[in-house]
Amino acid sequence: MTLDAVLRDLSKWLAATPLSQTIQTTGWIIPTLQTIHILGVAAVFSSAILVDLRLWRALQRDVPLADVARRFLPTIWPVVLIILITGSLLIIGEPRRSLLNTTFYLKMALLAVALLLTGGLQWSLRSAPEFWDKDRGRRIAGRFAATVSVLVWCSILFAGRWIAYTQVG
Amino acid sequence: MMPPFADLISYFENSALADNIRENDLLFPLIESVHVVAICLVVGSILAVDLRLLGLASINRSVSRVTAGILPLTWGAFVVAVSSGSLLFISNATEYLGNGFFIAKIVLIAAAGLNMVIFHVIGAKDLPRWENDTRLPFQARLAGGVSILLWVAVVACGRWIGFTMPAG
Repeated sequence: MTLDAVLRDLSKWLAATPLSQTIQTTGWIIPTLQTIHILGVAAVFSSAILVDLRLWRALQRDVPLADVARRFLPTIWPVVLIILITGSLLIIGEPRRSLLNTTFYLKMALLAVALLLTGGLQWSLRSAPEFWDKDRGRRIAGRFAATVSVLVWCSILFAGRWIAYTQVG
Repeated sequence: MMPPFADLISYFENSALADNIRENDLLFPLIESVHVVAICLVVGSILAVDLRLLGLASINRSVSRVTAGILPLTWGAFVVAVSSGSLLFISNATEYLGNGFFIAKIVLIAAAGLNMVIFHVIGAKDLPRWENDTRLPFQARLAGGVSILLWVAVVACGRWIGFTMPAG
């Protein structure tokens, strides 16, 4: 069986579950889940961007990078859990919209990259608070990582919106 | 609607720019994506400030240092959100003006602005006296709490607009 056929069967099975039926037939559930999902995305995305802006030395230059990271990065993880739960419920409610959509898989791949970057940054600063300030090379590398992070996070949000426009009929 | 206002709306709605956004398959989702990115930054960064006002985050920093480090991002993103939002609006102005969630969203954003102004002018008058405290005076906690509720409602209205507009 091809992967596409497996995903079609999975979508069909998911759509027939009582949970999916409830989500489909109760009008307010999907927009409510999407609202919680976006609020979670707003918190995670803004936290990551504020740390990236510090790496660029654009904001909060009066505070050491490690302090900014400690303020904003740890809260990302529990909020990511909320995003994953609401996201999963949205998939259960409309399986075909995501599971049969290339944009969705692109979004998940980008999310993995973004979370690796965030985790890596957290880890590097926990092992050495001066990690990204040691020499000129490290500072440039830090700015590069911040640029990649901003681009990846923005792409995740773009992909999220694009799922609505690329779903199969 | 007052006639001059109606004229203005139809002027923008009939402009070549609005026509392009309506007709081009890529332009609307593109502007919409920029709008979502900007809104997320506005809401997420304001949340960080509100949590400081509530004494729940960044408590070892003074209020003015927290706002100085965060609000430039908020304002930059707000400008982008309003610009992209205006472009989406003019592409279908009449329908948006007839949508209760759109009107509610605009009113709520104005209320969030008013909340901020009131806090600046009245609530934060003696800011230097208490801005280093963990537990801030009632007016500061109130402003932070009201702000969170208003912005959550703004996002909810934004999402509901998408479900209540006739398919373009």
